[in-house]
Formats: sequence, C-alpha cells, structure tokens
Amino acid sequence: MTMGPLLIGIYVLVLASFVGFEVITKVPPTLHTPLMSGANAISGITIVGALHTAKTADPTISNILGCAAIAFATINVVGGFMVTDRMLKMFGKKKK
Amino acid sequence: MSDLISSTLVPLIYLLSAVLFILGLKRLGRVRTARSGNTIASTAMLLAVLGTLLDMGQVDYRFIIAGVILGGLVGGIAAVKVEMTSMPEMVALFNGFGGAASALVALAVVWQELVETGSVDSAASVIGGSQAVTVGLSILIGALTLSGSLIAFLKLQGKLKRGQPIMLPGRHVINALLGIGAVVLVGQFAYQTGGGAEQPALMLTLVSLALGVLLVIPIGGADMPVVVSLLNSYSGMAASATGFVLGNNLLIISGALVGASGLILTQIMCVAMNRSLLNVLVGGFGEDGGGGGGDEEYSNVTSCGAEEAAMLLETAESVVVVPGYGLAVAQAQHAVREMADLLIARGCKVTYAIHPVAGRMPGHMNVLLAEADVPYEQLLEMDVINPEFKSTDVSIVLGANDVVNPAALSDKSSPIYGMPILNVHDSRSVFVVKRSLSPGYAGIKNTLFEHDNTTMIFGDAKKVLQDVINELKSL
Repeated sequence: MTMGPLLIGIYVLVLASFVGFEVITKVPPTLHTPLMSGANAISGITIVGALHTAKTADPTISNILGCAAIAFATINVVGGFMVTDRMLKMFGKKKK
Repeated sequence: MSDLISSTLVPLIYLLSAVLFILGLKRLGRVRTARSGNTIASTAMLLAVLGTLLDMGQVDYRFIIAGVILGGLVGGIAAVKVEMTSMPEMVALFNGFGGAASALVALAVVWQELVETGSVDSAASVIGGSQAVTVGLSILIGALTLSGSLIAFLKLQGKLKRGQPIMLPGRHVINALLGIGAVVLVGQFAYQTGGGAEQPALMLTLVSLALGVLLVIPIGGADMPVVVSLLNSYSGMAASATGFVLGNNLLIISGALVGASGLILTQIMCVAMNRSLLNVLVGGFGEDGGGGGGDEEYSNVTSCGAEEAAMLLETAESVVVVPGYGLAVAQAQHAVREMADLLIARGCKVTYAIHPVAGRMPGHMNVLLAEADVPYEQLLEMDVINPEFKSTDVSIVLGANDVVNPAALSDKSSPIYGMPILNVHDSRSVFVVKRSLSPGYAGIKNTLFEHDNTTMIFGDAKKVLQDVINELKSL
C-alpha cells in the first residue's frame, strides 16, 4: 500500500485533531479566554505558507496578496501571543 | 547541502515545532503552567518561521519584511493597548485576521501558479486535483471566517443594531443557495480549462464573504460566546486547508489543534445554554414566545438604594457576587473587588459565581475579575456554587440576567427552558443591580425580579457599587 500526499495529509489531519481533543478537554473556565487567544495565535501558522508567496521583488498581484497575508498572519501571531501572556500574567500574580 | 536542508532538516524543525505546539496547548490548559505553555507555543512559531526561511534560501525579502513590520506593529500595539473589557472584540477580530491570511495565501497561489503564468490548463492539472480543491476550501473557510468575525466584532461593539439578531426573510434559502454556489465555484475553479482561473476564485471569495455575514447576523448577543468559539475553530480549519494546498504537515497539524480547541469550547458553551449548535446557528432565539421582546409587565417588584443594601451586606456572613456582561459594560470590576475587600475585612465570606456563558466570550468574567486582582480561587463554577446558594445570606447580581432567570427551571414555555442557571433565588436575599427592567439578550422576562427575596437596585453597576462602598465605609 502506498499513500499519496492527499491521503497522508488526511491521516495527519485526523490524528492531530484527536491529539487536540485529548490535550485540551477539561480546561478550567478561568483559562477559556487565554486558551482561545493562544489558539488564535497558533492559527497564525499560515504565515509559513504566506512567506512562500512573497519571495520576489516584483510588484505582482501574487506578491501583494502574499504580503497582505504575511501582515494578517503576523498580527495574529504577535498580537495573539502577547495578549495571551498579558492575561496569564494577571492570573499568576496573586498566588501568594 | 541545500537539498539536505529542504528534504531533512526543515521537516525535522517542523516536527519539533508541531510537538512544541502540542505541549504548549497542553500546558495552556492548567492555571499553573499556562503562561509557560504560551511561551512554548510562541517558541514553536518562531522555529516554524525560521525553518521556513531556511527552506526558502536566499530570496528577495522586501515584501516579507514589509508584511512582518506592518503586522507586528498592529498586533503588538493592539495587544498592549486593548482593555480587558474589550477582549471579546479583540479575539473576534483576530479570528477574522487568521481566516483572512489563509484566504489570501490561497489567492496568492492562484495568481502565482495560474494567472501570472498565463496557464490555459485547468487548476487541477497544474497544481494537482486535491490542491486545487483545497485552494477553494481555503478561500471558502478563510473568507467566511473573516466576514463572520467582522460582523461578530461589530455586534460585540454594539454597533450593529446594538447586537440584536437581524433576521432576513428567507435567509435559510439564501444561505442554501450561497452554499451550493460555493461548491459549484470550487469545482469550476479546479476543473475549468482555458485560463481565467481568477474569475471563479474571486466569485468564490465574494460568495464566501456574503455567507459569513449572513450566518452571523441572525445570532443574538447572548449567543456570542458560541459564535466566537466557532469562528476560532474555523480559523484553525482554514489554516489546515492551506496546509493541504501547500502540502505542509505543520500547517495541517497546527490548524487541526486550533480547530479542535475551538470546537471543544463551542461544545462547552452550547451545553451551558442547553442548546444544540445547529439551534444556535439556525438562529431565531427569542423569536417565538417570550412575549415580543420582553415587554411583559412586572408586578411585585421592590427596589431600594445603596444605603439599604449596605446595611444588609454589613450583617451578612456570606455573599455571592454574580457578574454578567453588564459588569464589563460598566467597567465595574475594580469597584466590585473593592466592595468585596471591605466585606472580607468584616469577616464576611465573599465568592463569585461564574456561569459558563456569562459575558460575551468563554471565560470573559474570569479575565475581567483577574484584571481587578480577584484571586481565582474565589471564582466558583456553576456546579460548585449552586448547592451553596441555600446557605448564602446575600447574592448580588451585577449585570447578569438570563443566567439567573428561574423561568429556565420551571416555565416550559420559556425559550430558555432547560438552560442550567445559577440558583441565586435560593439565597436569603438577592440584590439585582440593573439599569432598568429591560430584558436581557434573550429578550424574555426574568421572573427572579418578582421574587419576594429579590430587591432591585436601579443604576449603573459601577455607580451603585461605589455608593455601596461609601455607605459601608461610613457604617
């Protein structure tokens, strides 16, 4: 049996989804918002794809679309991780 | 050498990055480890970006740097400046940006591979059948997430009909037609020959944007936690779809993790409202029954001022605070903490009862109270606090409404019947701080206000609390 790239991708998708469900269930309500904004930052992983679409200097439509994609993904990554850290810092500080 | 980098080193870096994302998410689920989890996840992201740059080799960085600087500035400033009360809007907006990025990558691939090469073959034969279809899916999910999130953002800001549902006539038919149209366009994009692949791609973008708008406008403010969670999940799925386009497992894995986490939160929110996801999405909450926007008359309502409330609080041994969206609107989180401190100093036991859907996003109240330095041990979940209400002297409902409506327990004709609520009516006395008797987002009458042990305190939550604090100090 040899699997094509599509099938491998589907395997990876299904297994990763199960890992996600297993890892994340039973999150206390206190962490719902930070979990969501942290997950949101992770969805900025699209930046990896975006980088590939803007690698020449010509002002072509594909480069401009790619540049916009990089900008949006970076907002997600930078903003998402920073704001999550800001929230989690508040949860941590009065444990004494 | 460069072959070895692309074929072996970069995939291994991606694998490490995926593992770190999983570990980071796992740690994000426990209060003690959450902050380190976030750091681990951001490290994983940095690794992924560095790996990608390594993979690309020497390229022209102008467009890349422009995008990163622009995005970094906007994201960084937003993260530092945003008020904790505006967190739902911020998360909604960021969900939308995640979707936008995925759709834009897919569109960039369309131009790069098909339009700018002047190809006359079908997309399926140029980039492969499954890639062509997933380009379509990326555009569909990404654009839908973007427009849906923007509508959610406007609703959360109270700009769109003050967050009330907007019901278009025949919206189910319109949605079904748009859905079918989207599927047809995905097929057309993938298999149309003779060039011009940008036309179905752009049409698909427009149809998907319209679909996102139409799916979110009929959803009311109280259902926003569900919508925000679901859009969160979609932004992950969009990233996964992009992973299929590019044949990149890291994108598929990370997207799947986000998709799963969003779905779990969506599920928790739905259970907390005793409604199915389909029921929320189809909308129409409060459309039938509920007395036309809650204009029903109230009888037997008593009200008092801050002074009377302070006198009762002074003698109470146990007080439960029930916060809701009104607390966020009035920015009263610091005032409530101050009042609690005064009561605790007098030997009173103060706890906070947090309904899972209180506020406008999952965990909204927890974030707000944390900002005011309320120890999270004082925040109790519904299942824990409900048996405690019977032995509670005073409950103070601050800007919450539907989540304390006893009609959910007793009135079978009520649209919220069956929704688990906080049993504040069991406590000896209940103060409800509210601007007026107007209904909550579900648009229905709250029978709690008519109970004999309930006293209304009309006014802005922050103002009322400050008056109570002043009275307590002078007692």
